[in-house]
Amino acid sequence: MNGTTLSATSAAANSTRTLGLTLLVAVAAVMLLAPFAVYPLFLIKILCFVLFAAAFNLVLGYAGLLSFGHAAFFGGGAYIAAHAAKVWNLPFELAILSGTAFATLIGFIFGAIAIRRHGIYFAMITLALAQMIYFLAVQMPFTGGEDGIQAVPRGYLLGMIDLRNITAMYYTVLGGTVIGLIIIWRAVNSPFGHTLSAIRENETRVTSLGLKPDRYKLIAFTLSAALSGFAGSMKALAFQLASLVDVTWHMSGEVILMTLLGGMGTLIGPIVGATVVVGLEHFLSTSGLPITFIIGLFFVICVMMFRRGVFGELKNLLERRQR
Amino acid sequence: MTDFLGVPIPVLLGQLLLGLINGSFYALLSLGLAIIFGMLNVINFAHGAFYMLGGFVAWYLLSKMGLGYWWTLFAAPLLVGLAGVIIEKTLLKRLYRMDHLYSLLLTFGIALMLEGLFRHIFGAAGKPYPVPALLTGGINLGFMFLPVYRAWVIAVSLAICILTWLAIERTKLGGYLRAATENPALVQAFGINVPLMLTLTYAFCVGLAGFAGALAAPLYQVSPGMGSSIIIVVFAVVVIGGMGSIGGAIVTALALGVIEGLTKTFYPAASSIAVFVVMVLVILIRPSGLFSREA
Repeated sequence: MNGTTLSATSAAANSTRTLGLTLLVAVAAVMLLAPFAVYPLFLIKILCFVLFAAAFNLVLGYAGLLSFGHAAFFGGGAYIAAHAAKVWNLPFELAILSGTAFATLIGFIFGAIAIRRHGIYFAMITLALAQMIYFLAVQMPFTGGEDGIQAVPRGYLLGMIDLRNITAMYYTVLGGTVIGLIIIWRAVNSPFGHTLSAIRENETRVTSLGLKPDRYKLIAFTLSAALSGFAGSMKALAFQLASLVDVTWHMSGEVILMTLLGGMGTLIGPIVGATVVVGLEHFLSTSGLPITFIIGLFFVICVMMFRRGVFGELKNLLERRQR
Repeated sequence: MTDFLGVPIPVLLGQLLLGLINGSFYALLSLGLAIIFGMLNVINFAHGAFYMLGGFVAWYLLSKMGLGYWWTLFAAPLLVGLAGVIIEKTLLKRLYRMDHLYSLLLTFGIALMLEGLFRHIFGAAGKPYPVPALLTGGINLGFMFLPVYRAWVIAVSLAICILTWLAIERTKLGGYLRAATENPALVQAFGINVPLMLTLTYAFCVGLAGFAGALAAPLYQVSPGMGSSIIIVVFAVVVIGGMGSIGGAIVTALALGVIEGLTKTFYPAASSIAVFVVMVLVILIRPSGLFSREA
């Protein structure tokens, strides 16, 4: 590489960085002011799914593992957090922590089982394992069957801030989501994250370099499950409800769509995708149109026409222009 | 002796029979999944949706168009197979060269579309479907009562599974199919129309799913959710058996149906997760599946 191209790339990188920074500040301002303009509970829903999709992307986009069972972690975490807050009377933070811990545990177990098979089989195994959690949620007495766990108390943040105030709840979830996203960003941009991408591209070569791909995959899967459980726990407490909807295979499919639609393997993609899908569902819920059908249609359109997703295509376009 | 481990023998045999019936449906579906995977390298998530479609086509023809049971049983797989041709020709075909992931996601989207559409039009409740007059009643075998329709379901599904297996393993056409799985370019060079063969394979397997749906209609009622609830179990069956062998898929499916039936007798609460537990055990002991050729 000679001097001129080098400086051109660094200039391009610089301009991208400035653009990114401006965008970040703008998004931060919008998120801080949003609850004054938009119904906060709707924003909370978007935030929870943003974190869920970003956590899922860690597995699909970076490690190249298609999990069809992430609803088990999201919904499982929600059930445990709701139970902890309502029946065990645990404070807000500990309830969230219980839900996250449960998701981490089953994430580790599911990961350890599913990683033994590759590709298509991995998807089918995670789907079947998650279905077990669904059946348990239907049958076990503490989950309340079809009704779910209702009227979950939100409690107080740090024992002081009353979360019954919806604005306080919003900022708490915003904080949690940002922490989650930073963890993902750190993981992806670390040597660990680079190894994951290398495994996705060529697992044999990574093995030949003396690394153990399975160990990396398991760590990524467990981390993803933990953050999904964290998102689900926050959703359960904010909405004061844990229900079967969050553990169905439709939910596992929805998070795939969010990631695919936004652009897998990018940090921004799942955020865009989750916002679009939740917004779309919100709009459709009052329209009388069949939501499942339209979600399916989006899947087909995404797979057939833009596999890189909205953000991925955009990024590709920008990069081609800069060249 | 009329009891076995505290369960009356007729009850046990009844559950075994139910298990065999479920197993027959698993067999018809996992057989199709295995062939599609072998030939097209596609995991057809929409297989359950086509099973549901078969049930609905049969129900519609019977109750709205007044066609007889036998005609519906004949028409349902044909119409579902036709839907398969359209989907393969317009969508699936374009994804063969790409990662498996995309065809899985495409068929998942199709499954959601079909389920969503039928739920929207027909509602979530099941539609009753009468057993044909010829197959009503039952036979008293002395030790148990055997309803004729159930015996018919098991017999016809087994016959179709065995015929399909023979057609693939023992006929010339099956030989072309197997050869095309190994090396499509070479088979094409011998003057065999491989793309057409792929389309017909997909249509046939999807038609089998439709046939299973029509066959299941009198037993379980027809509902939009019937496809998604069976496909996940069938996936587990496929993981357990491994997709390398068609015979293996059939045997695994029947065995798992029976295991499910036995669990229902002895420990009903666990019956819905029995297949998944078996799957976990198999993955731990023999990760590549029971009948798989890969190491």
